[in-house]
Amino acid sequence: MADDAEEDFDLNALNDEELVEQVHDDLYNGLKDEVEEATRIFLARGWAAERVLNDALVEGMRIVGVDFRDGILFVPEVLLAANAMKAGMAVLRPLLAESGVAPIGKMVIGTVKGDIHDIGKNLVGMMMEGAGFEVIDLGINNPVEKYLEALATHKPDILGLSALLTTTMPYMKVVIDTMKEKNIRDDYIVLVGGAPLNEAFGKAVGADAYCRDAAIAVETAKALIAARRAMRGAH
Amino acid sequence: MRPTGARSGTLVIACGALAHEIVALREANGWSHLDVQCLPADLHNTPRRITEAVQARIHANRNRYASIFVAYGDCGTGGELDAMLARENVERIPGAHCYEFYAGGAAFAELADEAPGTFYVTDFLLRHFDRLVVRGLGLDRHPELAAQYFGNYRRLVYLAQAPTPDRIAAARAAAARLSLAFEAHHTGYGDLERSLRMLPVGAPAWRS
Repeated sequence: MADDAEEDFDLNALNDEELVEQVHDDLYNGLKDEVEEATRIFLARGWAAERVLNDALVEGMRIVGVDFRDGILFVPEVLLAANAMKAGMAVLRPLLAESGVAPIGKMVIGTVKGDIHDIGKNLVGMMMEGAGFEVIDLGINNPVEKYLEALATHKPDILGLSALLTTTMPYMKVVIDTMKEKNIRDDYIVLVGGAPLNEAFGKAVGADAYCRDAAIAVETAKALIAARRAMRGAH
Repeated sequence: MRPTGARSGTLVIACGALAHEIVALREANGWSHLDVQCLPADLHNTPRRITEAVQARIHANRNRYASIFVAYGDCGTGGELDAMLARENVERIPGAHCYEFYAGGAAFAELADEAPGTFYVTDFLLRHFDRLVVRGLGLDRHPELAAQYFGNYRRLVYLAQAPTPDRIAAARAAAARLSLAFEAHHTGYGDLERSLRMLPVGAPAWRS
């Protein structure tokens, strides 16, 4: 009986390799409780929190991201997967903090003024956190003053600007131009993202990069931070 | 079908979300010189494909019509649609999206400023609310996602092209389903009608 088999399915019975694959499948299918349970099983088996995060959760979400990019998965499935990953990360977060591993960088992120959309921004924040960044999320509808205040307070490596609307995305230029006026633009890596944006728009507003999706945001952030640190090291 | 070899009349390449409305306007005004070809409204789920789809339709029809006009907003193409239309020398309805050109630029800006967390529905979106919003966002299978989609929204505004008591009731029910306050604004066809009305004099269209 398939239903009984489902009910009796015991994640504990899987070896490590099988369990990793199972987490990838469960993330793909948005099974929050199963992902949380598997996370606890890995920890009970002595896995470091960082390994669980990278091998099971981040890799699982990477697969989800690829299929979203290819039009195989859609927003509802990605949201369910993200919710499942969040459940796993909630278990890992305190352990990661305790482990004393320094974040690989810091990011302030927020949706621009006039825009209340945050699904994409939240996904980016979550994937950045999963990749080892400290993320300060300013939420939605942020005027330039709020970004400037957060930059002064948190001194991040990266500023992330998000917008979903054609009518609000020009505000990214307001933020970047204000940073230029205050001579602080080059102190930060500025990443922009959102459904109606494209690479040309990113260049036009003076961002360092346009990020098409959360996975690309992580790759771009890592690459630009490494380049910046290498350049600083050379001077 | 327009006979080949005769370049006459105007082709309106329109978003499928406007098909019903454009045909209604054409019938009501006797605009028999307008031909309408629609692209699937579902292209809005992948706005990058709108530009190439509209361009392909322009190329396929350029030699068959005296003028071509595009009934799309920017529709999330991030300026790519406008850049392509400028290259092709074809004009479109002004405005970022259909909400704006139905309501009018100033009135829409006022609505957006008043409450950025406003979810807009038109007659089209209302007709297809179950398919595009409820099923499209997976709310039928996962109602718990509603908080993630609509948690930052405060109200639903029905921008009504041709309101009836039934439609207003349906819009009110849609607002209730999403736990949003409700308002209805009778916009009529706004800049869609104004733009199409100008086509005979050739103002906003490409001409051979």
